[in-house]
Amino acid sequence: MSQLQKNDAPAIAECRQDFPALHQDVNAHSIVYLDSAASAQQPTSVIEAVANYQGHDHANVHRGVHTLSHRATDAYEGARDRIQSFINAPSRNEIILTSGTTESINLVAQSFCRPRLKAGEKVLITHLEHHSNIVPWQLLCEQSGAKLVVVPINSSGEVDVDAFDQLLTDDVRMISVAHVSNALGTINPVSDIVNKAKSRGIPVMIDGAQAVPHMQVDVQALDCDFYAFSAHKMFGPTGTGVLFGREALLDAMPPYQGGGDMILEVSFDGTIYNELPYKFEAGTPNISGVIGFGAAVDYLQSVGLSHIAEHEEKLLAYMTRELEKIDGIRLIGTAARKASVQSFLVDDIHPHDLGTILDHQGVAIRTGHHCAMPVMDFFGVPGTARASLALYNNRDDVDRLVEAVGKARQIFA
Amino acid sequence: MNAIDIHSNDELRDLYRELILDHARNPRHFRKLDNATHTAEGINPLCGDKLRLYVCLDEDSNITDASFEGSGCAISVASASLLTDMIIGLTIEQALDCFAAVTQRLTGQAIEQEQDIGVDLGKIKALDGVRDFPSRVKCATLAWHALNSAVRGQTTPVSTE
Repeated sequence: MSQLQKNDAPAIAECRQDFPALHQDVNAHSIVYLDSAASAQQPTSVIEAVANYQGHDHANVHRGVHTLSHRATDAYEGARDRIQSFINAPSRNEIILTSGTTESINLVAQSFCRPRLKAGEKVLITHLEHHSNIVPWQLLCEQSGAKLVVVPINSSGEVDVDAFDQLLTDDVRMISVAHVSNALGTINPVSDIVNKAKSRGIPVMIDGAQAVPHMQVDVQALDCDFYAFSAHKMFGPTGTGVLFGREALLDAMPPYQGGGDMILEVSFDGTIYNELPYKFEAGTPNISGVIGFGAAVDYLQSVGLSHIAEHEEKLLAYMTRELEKIDGIRLIGTAARKASVQSFLVDDIHPHDLGTILDHQGVAIRTGHHCAMPVMDFFGVPGTARASLALYNNRDDVDRLVEAVGKARQIFA
Repeated sequence: MNAIDIHSNDELRDLYRELILDHARNPRHFRKLDNATHTAEGINPLCGDKLRLYVCLDEDSNITDASFEGSGCAISVASASLLTDMIIGLTIEQALDCFAAVTQRLTGQAIEQEQDIGVDLGKIKALDGVRDFPSRVKCATLAWHALNSAVRGQTTPVSTE
């Protein structure tokens, strides 16, 4: 215990108190939540921001002249400003509020790439992508006749940089890569990738869903063209997320969806689209979700991304060390630079059986293919067990995980 | 705490009974059936279980042989193994009655008033433990859905989702 206090900065250790879902018993054991990479728990401040809006300020945004509509609009647009500052975007016009990372990627594929992509040209992704950064590009390639090129990974789960260099030919028109792999935890060298792409004038999109809860992201420093992430991976509500895009690119793109709010003037002779960012936000948005998103940004900034990164780096090292001590364990994803995630297999226990036995001991992990079937194929496994960390986890959680895995081994002994 | 642990371990032991673990480790009839007259694939996308079931029928609709291959969790593999053990020698009608009885039993619908289907579910009852684990019922019924699909001549993979 004394070691726990020594290694966990007091501010971080206290954060656990902010998350009501972490203070309950599951299957007669106090919950150990190690599935934040799937969806992170929400702090009281987020829950209250959403409840306060729903209880007092609910109305549609950008429309009414009445007081509640003003309040709702102020809260919604205030969240956009906070997200802009969170990732250091140059302009609020570059913050498109979407339903999440998946929609953000689809938006770029369809609205940015599709009109400019010709048959035979290439879109580059990597082998470790989440399905949401594979399938939108497959659809685009089917529609355009373009070719999807996949950069291989090595046995540690790192992108093969030499292969990337070779595959980066002049007919590549778009690159889309994960900042952090959801299945393996690998932190991709996104700055290097952007720099190499820039030298050839190739636009780069980064799927940041697994990065933003764990590290400071600065889109100007990264110099990427598009960056996407979801609120619910960073302690906000589900159903909302962001697309950051360079203003010049967004300006030149046609709308993704048509509807209310994305227009200035509609007649049957034609429609004048609204200005950025509203051009890409058709229909009534997820107002309460976005307000919760803003509160989640506030929460992350109040704790401090550098504190979070430091805490999680130590905890991931501890978790990896403790898991390695288990007989019969196979760690999947052992990149030199990682964040938050450890995938593993034990003996010949199927991950789904492991998940059930752990859940019975109050330990929540993700089991299966993690929406990254090509990664599972690469490692020759049907799926893995995945423990993922967030700022509220501590060494006790890791110890409970290891103990629970031990019980699973006993049952299958 | 000890009492709780014992209780929770009991439920787990009930799910992972020796018979289940035995069939999961050493699945019976685990091979491709070259002379199969019917086959179907069962997929459980949640955990990646993927089984192909083979059935061989004679002119009188008797199941003369059955087998399966693929990969899955202990529950889905054991269930498929028990299924193949059970249905060899039955008629199609009897096998489909078993499908109905097993799915009802595992979803907790028909434990008390077990229907008289003329076939003893026997070892299949070892899967009863899944009733306490709703997320695992799909694993236990996967092979049975594949059987139903195979003998009814469906060609698209059956999914439990």
